[in-house]
Amino acid sequence: METAEQSDGGGLVFKPMDQFLVKPLSGDGIVQWFTFTNAALWTSLAVLAVFLLLVTATSKRAIIPGRAQSIAEFAYGFIHKMVEDICGKEGLRYFPYIMTLFMFIVMANFLGLNPTAFTPTSHFAVTVPLALAVFLGVTILGFVKNGASFLGMFWVTSAPLALRPALALIELISYFVRPVSHSVRLAGSMMAGHAVIKVFAGFAALAAVSPFAVLGITAMYGLEVLVCFIQAYVFTILTCVYLKDALHPHH
Amino acid sequence: MEGQLAHIGAGIAALGTGIAAIGVGNVASSFLGGALRNPSAAASQTATLFIGIAFAEALGIFSFLVALLLMFAV
Amino acid sequence: MATETATDAYGAAETTSVGMPQLDASTWGNQIFWLLLALVAIYLILSRVALPRIAAILAERQGTITNDIAAAEDLKAKAVEAEAAYDKALVDARAEAQRIIAEAKAEMQDDLDDAIAKADVQIGEKLAESEAEIAEIRAGALANVKAVAKDTTKEIVAAMGGKADAKTVTAAVTSRMKG
Repeated sequence: METAEQSDGGGLVFKPMDQFLVKPLSGDGIVQWFTFTNAALWTSLAVLAVFLLLVTATSKRAIIPGRAQSIAEFAYGFIHKMVEDICGKEGLRYFPYIMTLFMFIVMANFLGLNPTAFTPTSHFAVTVPLALAVFLGVTILGFVKNGASFLGMFWVTSAPLALRPALALIELISYFVRPVSHSVRLAGSMMAGHAVIKVFAGFAALAAVSPFAVLGITAMYGLEVLVCFIQAYVFTILTCVYLKDALHPHH
Repeated sequence: MEGQLAHIGAGIAALGTGIAAIGVGNVASSFLGGALRNPSAAASQTATLFIGIAFAEALGIFSFLVALLLMFAV
Repeated sequence: MATETATDAYGAAETTSVGMPQLDASTWGNQIFWLLLALVAIYLILSRVALPRIAAILAERQGTITNDIAAAEDLKAKAVEAEAAYDKALVDARAEAQRIIAEAKAEMQDDLDDAIAKADVQIGEKLAESEAEIAEIRAGALANVKAVAKDTTKEIVAAMGGKADAKTVTAAVTSRMKG
């Protein structure tokens, strides 16, 4: 979130999308797949943050936890309980994968709130693979666990027979819309908040409205802190719900 | 001209976010109403609340996305 | 002003806008590559180190809490036991005290009884002595009375002009005094 600069002409310049640019940190402007870009930097920082929180902070193995260890234990208990509540005991086998998703998203979201930071989760190139991984993983798991009876999920036996084909079509469509909404929700929320803050920042160049602009940035920032956590939570809980469908398709 | 039309379209699409906000508020208010009637069952339903909010919000984000696409990608 | 600003912004946007960087396909490969790297790294960190460690910490804490609760229950049982022992000691002490008091009372009663008995005996002795003395005195008095009565009778009879022999007078006085 760089601050918007005033253009030479004296008018306001809104460049809310510039913060999402992927740039190489060194060398020329060509982005190869292995180039160390700002996206790569902040993705790596998210990994580092996960390491610091879950490994370094718990290295003392204190019976009475300190602050950092409490947060690590809270994160563990939070996701563990979520998986157990939604997917049941057999869902706990997939707990490390879900915890991986949650920790990556929550860390990337929060690190993206730092000024001048890049938010990996605001890019469809990041959220779509995440959502596709969940979608493909859950679908394959559903067929492996239940065989062809996994398709029974689309055949609503509690509905009247005449309605069932129509319902099956709706269910099928909604099933394939899942990865779309799953990924667009996360990237969209991240992008929206950051872009709105950037627009407020653009208004701050105008002396008359700058107090309101700063106030607006502050308010949006508070909302963003909330949204960053809620979006990570929602992504994780929806992953759990999809996983439950794969494990028990007849509910 | 075409770009200006796209901006108008973006503004119209952005209305969708406000309408989605009504939906999210509706979900939250219904939850609160139910929770006050039966507070003991409320804690177990917070996950459902967030799933409902997420679905309502996703549609608002779709319209926001359409607005963004019209602004910057058309 | 507002329209000018908008036009300016629009003009500026058209010349320097980057569009949506999210739709720039040339960076997708890069982002996906680093994303996968990050996910694999996080998964390895979590599954190899972090999750087992946190699970162990939580289990250990649970164990400690369970142990502490058990220990607390032990202590509580001990406290209850101690209280019972204290109560018992108190009851015993009270019973002992009662016993001692009763004993003392009985002893005192005995002493008292002895003393009373002794006193009774002494009183009885004194009484008997006194009675004997009184009897003696009375006997003495009677004898004197008899002698006086005989003499008086003899004198009276003599004064009356009669002649009374000693034997008759004595018999008469004796029979009168008896009656």
